[in-house]
Amino acid sequence: MKKPVSTRPRDLTVSKGTLLRRFWSYLGRDRLLLVLALLLSGSSSLLSLYGPKLSGQAINAIDLGAGQVDFDTVYRCAVLMALFYILSTGLTYLLNLVMIRLSRAVSQQMRHDIFENLMALPVGFFDRHQTGNLISIVTYDVDTITQSLSSDLLQILQSGITVIVSFVMMMTIAPKLVLIFLVTVPCTVLFIRWLTRRVRPLFRKRSAKLGELNGFVEEMLSGQKTIRAYGREDAVLERFDEKNRAAVDAYTVAEANGTVTGPSVTFINNVSLTLVCVCGALLFLRGEISFVQYSRKFSGPINETANIIAELQSAFAAAERVFGLIDAQPDTPDAPGALELTHVQGDVEFRHVDFSYEPGKPILKDLSLHAKPGSLTAIVGPTGAGKTTLINLLMRFYDVDGGGIYVDGHDIRQLTRHSLRSAFSMVLQDTWLFYGSIYDNLAYGKEGATLDEVVRAAKAAKIHSYIDRLPEGYQAILSDNGAGVSKGQKQLLTIARAMLLDAPMLILDEATSNVDTQTEQQIQAAMQELMQGRTCFVIAHRLSTIQSADHILVMRDGQVVEQGTHRELMAQNGFYRQLYEAQFDRA
Amino acid sequence: MARIGRYIRPYAAFIVLTMVIKLLGAVMELFVPYLMEIILDDIVPTGSRSAIFLYGGGMLLCAFGCLLLNILANRMSAVSSGKITEKLRHDLFERLSRLSARQLDRLTVSSAESRLTSDTYHINQLLARIQRLGVRAPILLVGGIFMMLTMDAPLALVLIGLLPVIGLIVYFVTKTSVPLYTQEQSVLDNMVRVLQENITGIRVIKALSKTDYEKERFRQVNRELTHLDQKAGFISSLTNPSASLVLNLGLTLVVVAGAFRVNGGQCQSGVIVAFLQYFVMILNAMLGVTRIFVIWSKGEASARRVADALETPPDLLVLPQENKPEEAPAHIEFRDVTFSYTGVGTNLSHLSFRLLHGESLGILGPTGAGKSTVLNLLLRLYDPDSGAVLLDGRDIRTIPNDELRAKFGVVFQNDFVAEGAIADNLRFFRNLDDAALRRAAEDAQAWDFIEKKEGGLQATVAVRGNNLSGGQKQRLLIGRALAGTPEILVLDDASSALDYRTDAQLRQALRQNYGAVTTVLVAQRVSSIRHCNHILMLSDGQVLGYGTHLELMERCPEYRRIAQAQMGEGKEAAV
Repeated sequence: MKKPVSTRPRDLTVSKGTLLRRFWSYLGRDRLLLVLALLLSGSSSLLSLYGPKLSGQAINAIDLGAGQVDFDTVYRCAVLMALFYILSTGLTYLLNLVMIRLSRAVSQQMRHDIFENLMALPVGFFDRHQTGNLISIVTYDVDTITQSLSSDLLQILQSGITVIVSFVMMMTIAPKLVLIFLVTVPCTVLFIRWLTRRVRPLFRKRSAKLGELNGFVEEMLSGQKTIRAYGREDAVLERFDEKNRAAVDAYTVAEANGTVTGPSVTFINNVSLTLVCVCGALLFLRGEISFVQYSRKFSGPINETANIIAELQSAFAAAERVFGLIDAQPDTPDAPGALELTHVQGDVEFRHVDFSYEPGKPILKDLSLHAKPGSLTAIVGPTGAGKTTLINLLMRFYDVDGGGIYVDGHDIRQLTRHSLRSAFSMVLQDTWLFYGSIYDNLAYGKEGATLDEVVRAAKAAKIHSYIDRLPEGYQAILSDNGAGVSKGQKQLLTIARAMLLDAPMLILDEATSNVDTQTEQQIQAAMQELMQGRTCFVIAHRLSTIQSADHILVMRDGQVVEQGTHRELMAQNGFYRQLYEAQFDRA
Repeated sequence: MARIGRYIRPYAAFIVLTMVIKLLGAVMELFVPYLMEIILDDIVPTGSRSAIFLYGGGMLLCAFGCLLLNILANRMSAVSSGKITEKLRHDLFERLSRLSARQLDRLTVSSAESRLTSDTYHINQLLARIQRLGVRAPILLVGGIFMMLTMDAPLALVLIGLLPVIGLIVYFVTKTSVPLYTQEQSVLDNMVRVLQENITGIRVIKALSKTDYEKERFRQVNRELTHLDQKAGFISSLTNPSASLVLNLGLTLVVVAGAFRVNGGQCQSGVIVAFLQYFVMILNAMLGVTRIFVIWSKGEASARRVADALETPPDLLVLPQENKPEEAPAHIEFRDVTFSYTGVGTNLSHLSFRLLHGESLGILGPTGAGKSTVLNLLLRLYDPDSGAVLLDGRDIRTIPNDELRAKFGVVFQNDFVAEGAIADNLRFFRNLDDAALRRAAEDAQAWDFIEKKEGGLQATVAVRGNNLSGGQKQRLLIGRALAGTPEILVLDDASSALDYRTDAQLRQALRQNYGAVTTVLVAQRVSSIRHCNHILMLSDGQVLGYGTHLELMERCPEYRRIAQAQMGEGKEAAV
């Protein structure tokens, strides 16, 4: 019945071979810390071999028997032991600090890189990916990586060193029995390979399902008011339960399979221990020595390493998602040698523009229009006719498929995005305000705007008296849902923000749709002033607001069907006139 | 954790069983070296090969048993912790989805989101890990100490005397780290909020070339999070080294004390050698125990946040019905309603009106006049500070939620469009067939654009409806409101993005097919509401006028001014 919407689209994957290299590129960023970690972990491992030696010496001194104990040696050893333990504790803690620092630096850098890329991605990317899922990558997946880096990496380092040391010792004591490890070690390695191949997809699924759950939660919480108004809490809860169960199941399966490693490797080691013991015993009967103690020392770390490798699988699965997002294709960078748009005249021309969001579904076909500096161009037409698309192209949120857009005679693709966009003030129908004070929200587009300037803009946007009546005035905090702040007021706030910008061109996309008409007219007056000498594009459904436009484009199904002034269009007696008269029908 | 104990309790028996199995596995594991020692110490001297093979076989058997038991226990721990988390999340989501608007505002969506996912995830991990690590270490610890006590009590007491010191260290570290982790989670909330804001506002941010500013903002919260995470990590990683230092120094004391005892002939030096062996075991066990505390601190911080959200007291309770419904009640009545969102100033004052079945009310007024507030109170998203809202003569505070909600079809300003199929957005989790959806879409003037889409009703709506134009979204939303054949239709500026022609068609469809539905609509255009039976003119929460279009034209100068201004657009339009 319901067509599943893919929440893990293909453009969020990363090739497997590069994963380790990518990891390394993050870890290796701070070489100094890494070298320090290696040194510290090496020396603390060596120290761990020295401690038992000291206590052994002390015991030898005690072993002389009652009344014979060599207290000098015992004291000397005890003092040395105490010193040594303090030293080794210090080193261990230092190593912990270094590893924490190292792993947190990696996660900080990863989050940083993700966000940098998010900001560079084309706006359309965010229409295809659920916000919550993206958030889950930045939070949960990065966290998973950090956790395993800080604990597991350290253990791998230490185990590695111990394995090598023990191996060398065994080689010197009983080279023959090493043969048995030539069997068990490859067994362990093969087993781990087999297991990781099996477990990785499970962890991948665990990450993905948790991301989906987060996406769902985020979406539903943001629509919570509507859900409550319709009393659909139970139905939504049911849907939540499905997602929740999927996430928990994925977790359980990954966990259940991932935790097979530990016992399995223990098993392999125990088997090898049995072999060593039985063979060793048989050898001993033939007069050779025992060395079981060292084989334990040797197998312990292998055991741990195997465990850790299994745990690293969850980190790898998470890393795939993280790198996938970091690698998502950003907007094409500014053309080499792109010009800065300066001293803007405001001459805007669309030449034979073709555009489609999805191939094969054209939105604009061969659209041409010319807005002279200081003119007011109004765009009207039924909903869905492609009006907002014009703005998307003009701001270069998307690039045209054919033809070109020219500002002051420059193809906008040859301009830096920054200079192009800052040539426009834009007010969208979709009011966007962030958590912060009203002042911060208004001054958002113009850094360092004085309170005076902000107040002036707020007055022009007819929102000053409202702000003034708030107990905290301009310092009042706008919260998530902004209870008490109406949609219309939010629109006025965004208009004030745009008015403060003072850019040479102005885009108003149904900017006053939730504002009452009287306020709108007052704003219009302020706008009129603002629009003096500026090239303006206005998208409006209230035809009253655009009668004075220099140029009206009437759009229908992606094409300009009529254009001209209000008077001319009315005289044409065509589609515009129909639209115009429809608003005064007195059925 | 205690506060979410009731989620763990039902699985207590299962968890105990898991731990017992884990324990058996550990015992099996210990049998392997034990058997080995028998071989080496007792059997090898006898020279019996068959006994070597027999005990060797025993070792293999134990190894195999250990494998099976551990795999089983690990699985069981994953299952029980998963089940507990599932239930916990279920309840948390249920609670969150029923928060009143006021409560959700206070909590913020980002915090609700991270409590639901990140915090419950930490709890999940805590539960699973404690089951896996929590048996072996304490048992080995207790066992090791017990063995020491039987060998030489005075020497063992030297070590045991140090355990309270370790206890104190663990206590203080946990005490400092839990608040740090709590703080960290709340910084995480902030980070989630910054991400949300950036993703939803990406067009504005890019248009204003504020990406550098936003990057800096993210950098700050990222730095703060990293800093806190590091600090918490630094503190909780104190436990292990300091616990092992204390134990090791204890060992040094044992060696010295042992030297005296051996010298005095109270014990054998072999005991001290054995002590050293057990000491390694105790040390490792102790490190295992302290590690559990580190995991616990993080889980505890999350558990508290989850419990806080779960224990939010219910708001907007249904009151018991007091009186019988009145005779000849109005369908909707506001009786002297006064309301303020924040307690400062009033957003509505002394509003009264009555609507009969099938009547319509249009609400007009300047921005911030309290139009949407009327709807919020009618839908009982908030309760009035004084006065009452009545449906069919019953105070809506006494109407059970399900009954109340089923009466309404609602479109808010810039209402919520979910990612998924168009049909899902129309159906909105209700039991409606496609025919009903189509009928509603037709009436909402949405059918023509839906029909043109590939897949029709099944066509996909992008995240936040971003592949629909403003007008298409509004028509979809109106379709949603109509699809449930509501008793009362509430439209908050729901056609503002529609062009006039579509708006007019919509009004006509409503008049024809929904004549019996009582309608309350907020609009900016007089033309949208002038045909309503009643019109309410609000300004700053005060009633400026109430009556029909003609009455208000006569009596209410503010209304007349707006009407004339708007009608004046059409040269001959004055009525």
